[in-house]
Amino acid sequence: MSETQILNTLEIHRALTRIAHEIAERDETGGEVVLVGVQRGGVPLARRLSQLLGGIWGQPVAVGTLDVSMHRDDLGQRAAPEVRPTVIPFDVTGKTVVLVDDVLYSGRTTRAAMDALNDFGRPRRIQLAVLVDRGHRELPIKADFVGKNVPTSHAERIQVRLAEMGQTDEVVLEKGTP
Amino acid sequence: MSWNRKHLLDIESLTVEEIWTVLDTARAFKAVGARAIKKVPALRGKTVVNLFVEPSTRTRISFELAEQRLSADIINFTTEASSLKKGETLKDTARNLEALNADFIVIRHSASGAPHFLARVLNASVINAGDGAHEHPTQALLDTFTILEAKGKIAGLKVTILGDVLYSRVARSDIWALTKLGAQVTLCGPTTLVPRVFEQMGCRVTHNVEEAIADADIINLLRIQHERQRKTMFPSLAEYTSLFGLNQARLARTKPDALIMHPGPINRGVEIDSEIADCPRSLVLRQVTNGLAVRMAVLFLVNGGKGPQEIAGN
Repeated sequence: MSETQILNTLEIHRALTRIAHEIAERDETGGEVVLVGVQRGGVPLARRLSQLLGGIWGQPVAVGTLDVSMHRDDLGQRAAPEVRPTVIPFDVTGKTVVLVDDVLYSGRTTRAAMDALNDFGRPRRIQLAVLVDRGHRELPIKADFVGKNVPTSHAERIQVRLAEMGQTDEVVLEKGTP
Repeated sequence: MSWNRKHLLDIESLTVEEIWTVLDTARAFKAVGARAIKKVPALRGKTVVNLFVEPSTRTRISFELAEQRLSADIINFTTEASSLKKGETLKDTARNLEALNADFIVIRHSASGAPHFLARVLNASVINAGDGAHEHPTQALLDTFTILEAKGKIAGLKVTILGDVLYSRVARSDIWALTKLGAQVTLCGPTTLVPRVFEQMGCRVTHNVEEAIADADIINLLRIQHERQRKTMFPSLAEYTSLFGLNQARLARTKPDALIMHPGPINRGVEIDSEIADCPRSLVLRQVTNGLAVRMAVLFLVNGGKGPQEIAGN
């Protein structure tokens, strides 16, 4: 199996900084925006975006974590997924919630995340920020903020490695062995 | 994280890792119970039959609520209002329920091994909600979960199970779960109800209650099961209470941080003093709350289980 680096440490930082500025530009009022990281890869990215946005707005931006296992549409067709903590330490009603995930692929995780989020209240709007959009959508879902678009084939895999998970920051494309 | 089982039939056949998977998953489901909307769509479109051939209130209600919170459709089937009364066999009853496309069967039965039997003859997932004096796996999982939550660990803890061990499926499942996770289990009660044979399960057996509870971190009291015993097991309830009942004098001689558990229903004034059941050291109501989370976790996990049909026990 061969690996190609798509983003290095610096490029990940640049992509997140740009996304933070785009969020700040789109959503003027800082106090009304909250970030929700989708378990697992989205959680550290949401925390980083919160830091960056906090710097831009000069005020802290709340971060939550969301596990979508209980809302997946393929339960019963596969072994039960590991359920990681969901912590939404704020009321989402009336807020602009930016869902943060590492990779956007079929869109099914995002669909489940929106359903899960609705159990916590009625956000004013939900936006989606992803580090990598690899295409192949199976649902009518589109990201509002994208770090990098990466055309892929189904046989390939995107690995997002982050310092928070004990690795060096990088995004790589793994070519599947045919 | 590992769970590939289609059924939950007993604790005996579970690996340590599988027990931890249930406990970890249950923690996530407990958090769901604290939300404004306590329902998730994980079992939407699935049908669960609660086949309670032996009477049960709390376990049945706990399972029912767990199923509802997972968005499953539910059929309740109790002996009083069933064709079993008309002479239908368990197998035929279960097959009929399966013909209605039931995906899960939660069974409580007075015969040990009834859930294992159903698991062999049905395609549905089978969850044992108590079979005779054999096992009550979800009770052991909720007990373990409650101990873990209260004490922060299981390994190395001293757990004393006090009371009617012989007739108790809760005791058997608890012993399996606790010893697998590294707790030291002591059993205590009248010689007739706590025979030495339990030492083979890795437990210490004593018939002296003071000795049994002196260094315990957890004291798990079992109900005296009038319905399962012959009268000859001990002379009277009053004698049991005086020799083995947990009263204030005995509690005073335990470790100050020892916690009290009871699977319910409590016989106040028999195995436990009424005030002790309600005191801050009692985990009884937390066990009930946690039971819901653990049962949600079990249903969630077996829903994804496709693996080799384990027929455990023998």
